[in-house]
Amino acid sequence: MQQDTLTIAGKEYSSRLLVGTGKYKDLAETKAATEASGAQIITVAIRRTNIGQNKDEPNLLDVIPLDKYTLLPNTAGCYNVEDAVRTCRLARELLNGHKLVKLEVLGDAKTLYPDTIQTLKAAEILVKDGFDVMVYTSDDPLIARQLEDIGCVAVMPLAAPIGSGLGIRNPYNILEIIENAKVPIIVDAGVGTASDAAIAMEMGCAGVLMNTAIAGAKNPVLMASAMKKAIEAGREAFLAGRMPRKRYASASSPLDGTFF
Amino acid sequence: MEILVNGTPHLVAADTNVAQLLVILELQGKRLALEINQELIPRSQFDTTVLQPHDTVEIVHAIGGG
Repeated sequence: MQQDTLTIAGKEYSSRLLVGTGKYKDLAETKAATEASGAQIITVAIRRTNIGQNKDEPNLLDVIPLDKYTLLPNTAGCYNVEDAVRTCRLARELLNGHKLVKLEVLGDAKTLYPDTIQTLKAAEILVKDGFDVMVYTSDDPLIARQLEDIGCVAVMPLAAPIGSGLGIRNPYNILEIIENAKVPIIVDAGVGTASDAAIAMEMGCAGVLMNTAIAGAKNPVLMASAMKKAIEAGREAFLAGRMPRKRYASASSPLDGTFF
Repeated sequence: MEILVNGTPHLVAADTNVAQLLVILELQGKRLALEINQELIPRSQFDTTVLQPHDTVEIVHAIGGG
């Protein structure tokens, strides 16, 4: 098969699996799972530095080095435009002018559902400010189109609520978003296991972003490896083009030449 | 004078600049980003940015997240 790459903001990636770094038991597990996933784009959160305590504690960037991975700082935990924009600007400074960010503006702590109105406003500000915005959103095709029109470099609808592991709950919406999009559509959040990731890829998603499905598995490193294979299998199946579904059987062995 | 760093009050000498604050906090040389009163302070201005009484300083870094 010829080289099949994912292009985000002009940069090509061979992996279509994007992973988060939250919820691991320690940095050694983060490192091992990230490596097993084969992912090249890795999300991180921006939080207060510890002051006066554990000052020699190991740093995430020691195990996820900037020269090996593309870091994708997120705005997780932001519930308004101002906090999201502030977080992105701090992240850009932290990562030496790095422009790629994952925008999420949440609307509700129970569902972690995105506030799409605030998300649209924040996306507009960030795009004007020169950021390459990968945007977490609901599976609403109209909002997805508006985010693309604003200039987001990737639109990332949820499969199901963050951390729920429920899989793609609204496949026809995801399909509608994919069919209407010119930018990569990446399912972000809600996958639970390898088959969920494969289904997203078979539908034609450009990639899948996940964290809890790997970090929350009993064996995160093994699940990371499973996800890598599921993404690759799903992608190849999409490119191969599945057979049509039929209601009745169709024999695989020829009927000619039977001797009975 | 008193300033607020990551939500905690700190006493520092008048005319302390950001670079000096980071030395006091034993954070010099660490990969971090900083804002004062919600204004981002680029690393290149740490030496020249002097803290004022009651400034609210936020110092952040990257941690695990999805």
